[in-house]
Amino acid sequence: MTGTQVKPSVAPGVRLGRVSFVWRPWLVCVTLLLAAATFLLFCLSIGVGDFPIGLPQVIATILGRGEQVDEFVIMDLRMPRALAGCVVGIALGMSGAITQSIARNPLASPDILGITWGAGAVAVFLVTVSGGTATAVVNSVGLSGAALAGGLGTGLLVYLLAWRRGIDGFRLILIGLSVSAVMEAITTWLLVTADIRDVARAQAWLVGSLDNRSWDDVRVALWCTLALAAVVAGVAFQFKPLHLGDDVAAGLGVRYTVVRAVLLLCAVLLAGVAVSAAGPVSFVALVAPQVAMRLARCPTPPLVASGLTGALLLIGADLVARTALPMTLPVGVVTAAIGGPFLVYLLVRANLR
Amino acid sequence: MAVEYVAGSAAGGGDTARLAARGVTVGYGGRVVIDDLDVVVPPRVITTIIGSNGCGKSTLLRTLSRLLKPTRGTVVLDGEDIAGLRTRDVARKLGLLPQAPVAPEGLTVADLVARGRHPHQSWLRQWSSDDAAVVERALAMTGVSDLADRPVDALSGGQRQRVWISMTLAQGTDLLLLDEPTTYLDLAHAIDVLDLVDDLHESGCTVVLVLHDLNLATRYSDNLIVMKAGSILAQGHPRDVITAELLHEAFGLRAKVIDDPVGDRPLIVPIGRAHVRPDQLDKDTVQVRLG
Repeated sequence: MTGTQVKPSVAPGVRLGRVSFVWRPWLVCVTLLLAAATFLLFCLSIGVGDFPIGLPQVIATILGRGEQVDEFVIMDLRMPRALAGCVVGIALGMSGAITQSIARNPLASPDILGITWGAGAVAVFLVTVSGGTATAVVNSVGLSGAALAGGLGTGLLVYLLAWRRGIDGFRLILIGLSVSAVMEAITTWLLVTADIRDVARAQAWLVGSLDNRSWDDVRVALWCTLALAAVVAGVAFQFKPLHLGDDVAAGLGVRYTVVRAVLLLCAVLLAGVAVSAAGPVSFVALVAPQVAMRLARCPTPPLVASGLTGALLLIGADLVARTALPMTLPVGVVTAAIGGPFLVYLLVRANLR
Repeated sequence: MAVEYVAGSAAGGGDTARLAARGVTVGYGGRVVIDDLDVVVPPRVITTIIGSNGCGKSTLLRTLSRLLKPTRGTVVLDGEDIAGLRTRDVARKLGLLPQAPVAPEGLTVADLVARGRHPHQSWLRQWSSDDAAVVERALAMTGVSDLADRPVDALSGGQRQRVWISMTLAQGTDLLLLDEPTTYLDLAHAIDVLDLVDDLHESGCTVVLVLHDLNLATRYSDNLIVMKAGSILAQGHPRDVITAELLHEAFGLRAKVIDDPVGDRPLIVPIGRAHVRPDQLDKDTVQVRLG
């Protein structure tokens, strides 16, 4: 049986001093191309508007060699929106890649795990219920902060309810779906009973939008995403064997309960950051890792490529929402329009197997 | 009818044992599956755990490999309490293949086997030429080198099991615990996989198996551990252990034990109700010492 003459195609390694890793040219190429495409779309998104600016000027201004007029429009007015799109996209893409890998199921995304609806429900509650406590909460931590807390709380609730001597991917999804449904019902009830003026304000929390982002909004989201990405990068090496299941991972020396808890927490926080920066932008976290997986020809969602695909999708959707349609729509409407059919595609494909 | 079975010579040697359980009690939730069990895995032989469904075979294997933490007692690996070792250090000494593992769709054979190197890698040192050499050897030893580029999910059951064993080999341990490696395989492929396991044993590995097929267990192992309801009923060489009485006690199975026409081990011929000659249907068959 043994002793074939065919040389096995074990992936070659690369060594740089003490650092060595598997050389995967295709994955590296795809990731670099995605990064380049994201940057181009980012600049394009900045250039488009009532006062159009050409792509070369945008790039020059970002590099600090632009004219003063352009600099004001670009850096002060348009940059926060584009950057918010980029950061939110990356956060959602990475979050989705982690949850899908942990649940070993392409349907597990933070949208489906209740985080987005949890944040939405809390935000709508605070907007529509005008009262002493609600106003105090909004004044102290801000609406975004409160929504973030709501999202994290819901994520934690789903995790605790799904825990039974470990986390099973399917149970996580089912519990997440039910908790989401409850949160959605609460939100609908709040909207029906609320004052019509509050409903308009609350609406912003039901469909994600990049309108009116300020540098302050973006800065917090940016630093949080960078910090969380660093944590994820640190744990990512221990994460690889988890794709093979808990028992195999344990056999390979991974303390999977710890690794998984840290990563799931990062995923929830990333989704929370995205929700607090742009509201619940649906489907990006679901679609981005699956697209990245197919582009990079990986069997599991690649983390960096998923983040970049998320950014690409979000900025692209925002651009479409602002330009291609007769009226300006919130970005969440466009992502839902793309994501819905994609979800159907995943379900049909899962059923065909 | 409490029959005392004496452990065979293969099970001896307390201090030379690679792996041993001392007074372990294991349970899920409040239910005790294994109660105060002692077992020694002798070095450089194939030890197989057999027993009826739900008797605690897999639980014992999982406890020995530290997947399950005993509520009482200790598991000793190379003279050290396994609970006190780092997970990574355990993985460098002991290779484990769980029951029916599933690979992500599209993962190639070479990539799966390469994951076996994980205990020897670190964040900075994720892949080296040593790793590549070990993986190539593991692929060659299991005869799956020419499948290296194929996705694991596209392989047949037998090939897939070889690939998983190859991953366990890439871990570079000489102590292998395989939980039902022949489940879902037809007889030809099961034999194929067990021949491979025997090659590993010949090359100096200590192997612990859980098997369902009694005749395969008898043929391939030098040391049998027969379990019933969470404790060990008998342990030793198949020739010393396998008797009609034991099979009846451990499995409630009426069987005739004869000499294996092609080997030097006993062969178990089960007696059901259908298509058995009337003279063999005698209720007292089991009371008569056979073989």
